[in-house]
Amino acid sequence: MLAADPVLVDVIPASVAIPDLGDRMILHAGPPIDWPRMCGPMRGAIAGIAVFEGWADDLETAEQMAADGAFTFAPNHHYDAVGPMTGMTTISQPLMVVENRAFGNRAYCAINEGLGKVMRFGGNDAEVLARLGWLRDVLGPAMGTALRDMGGIELKPLIARGLSMGDEMHQRNVACSGLVLRALAPVMAKTSRDTAALAEALGFIGANDQFHLNIAMAMGKAIMDPVRNIEGSTVVTAMSRNGTDFGIRVSGTGDQWFIAPVEMPQGLYFAGFTEQDANPDMGDSTIVETIGLGGFAMGASPAVAGFVGAGSAADAALFTRTMGEIAVGENPEWTIPALDYLGVPTGIDIRLVVETGIAPTINTGIAHREPGIGQVGAGVVKAPMACFEQALVGIAKELGIE
Amino acid sequence: MAKESKITDLLAADLTVINVGLEGFAIDLHAQNVDVVHVDWSPPAGGNVKLAALLSKLGS
Repeated sequence: MLAADPVLVDVIPASVAIPDLGDRMILHAGPPIDWPRMCGPMRGAIAGIAVFEGWADDLETAEQMAADGAFTFAPNHHYDAVGPMTGMTTISQPLMVVENRAFGNRAYCAINEGLGKVMRFGGNDAEVLARLGWLRDVLGPAMGTALRDMGGIELKPLIARGLSMGDEMHQRNVACSGLVLRALAPVMAKTSRDTAALAEALGFIGANDQFHLNIAMAMGKAIMDPVRNIEGSTVVTAMSRNGTDFGIRVSGTGDQWFIAPVEMPQGLYFAGFTEQDANPDMGDSTIVETIGLGGFAMGASPAVAGFVGAGSAADAALFTRTMGEIAVGENPEWTIPALDYLGVPTGIDIRLVVETGIAPTINTGIAHREPGIGQVGAGVVKAPMACFEQALVGIAKELGIE
Repeated sequence: MAKESKITDLLAADLTVINVGLEGFAIDLHAQNVDVVHVDWSPPAGGNVKLAALLSKLGS
């Protein structure tokens, strides 16, 4: 993990990034799941993306097609990709490319749509689809051209700066989003031929405090994929949720998923919403905690503790120190100044999770349980202990230990 | 008799206590102005014997 060298290098169509991604194929967040068990926001997003891709004339038809088995569903994780919340990935979408130059592997994630009513929270109306079209036709190509021109953006130093500026890279990305805009803006200006389109693109990035989340997620996947399939290793290589199930993968057991029901986030709700409106935990964004950020780095981000209802600044530090009890070590390049430059807890060890009973803590957005409404709050959720207990039995079996 | 004397002397002295396990004991001592540090400990694997056995074999 520590040897990784992730670089944001390009934005390309999903059909180019993932050649096996075909017609009527929809990648989603979390471990494998069938249509009957999918939650409301996931179904809403699937209906919306089917209309967007031209596979259905309207949302109702799309839902019926999904129920009839007209689409192939698969986890993003099975195709070198990740996606936040519903995590829709389909052939025409622009995907950001993070290359891990130390190992040569690549990982992909769609561009963050912005805040409020968006497809990652189950939004699927004409406004949502129009935005996806603009990302595909305008922002994606503009970002790709700029990134290729500048040779990419190195992400490890960007993360290090972001931690010192109060980000934890899951629910708080405002500093890193600003750093990305600073890096991209001059090159996008140089490579743009349309000042109006340029202004719109820069304005879109600048207005989205969570723009960097998707970059952090692709980075996390790029960092963790080379850690897979190390014989006997008990390090977690992925954590992911689809709104119904929570799944983890462990290095020594390869691509096997260890699955348990997701838990409900505990947090704060936007005006007009309560926990009665909340959807259970969802998204591939737990790849951020998997690499030691997000809830693990909460000590760097006292401001996020209030946002997710995790308590005071002192409580934020306690979260990081507690996560240190279940990690193999610290990351010396990603340090938290307020904790005397403690490195973020790195390498979740399933043995330590089961031994201590301390489950990974995740900072997360909360979606409305009905499709088409959007985000209703933010909170803290724990990974289900059952996943880690199953994984412990799994790796013992792999090693011939009874 | 000497041993009882030592125990009596100990309990009559100002104690500094390390409490391991049930936090209620630490809370009660703190309420009586006894200097106490609570250690948040629980049995490995929450007391699950099978998982604890696997942990010991997996080098935990």
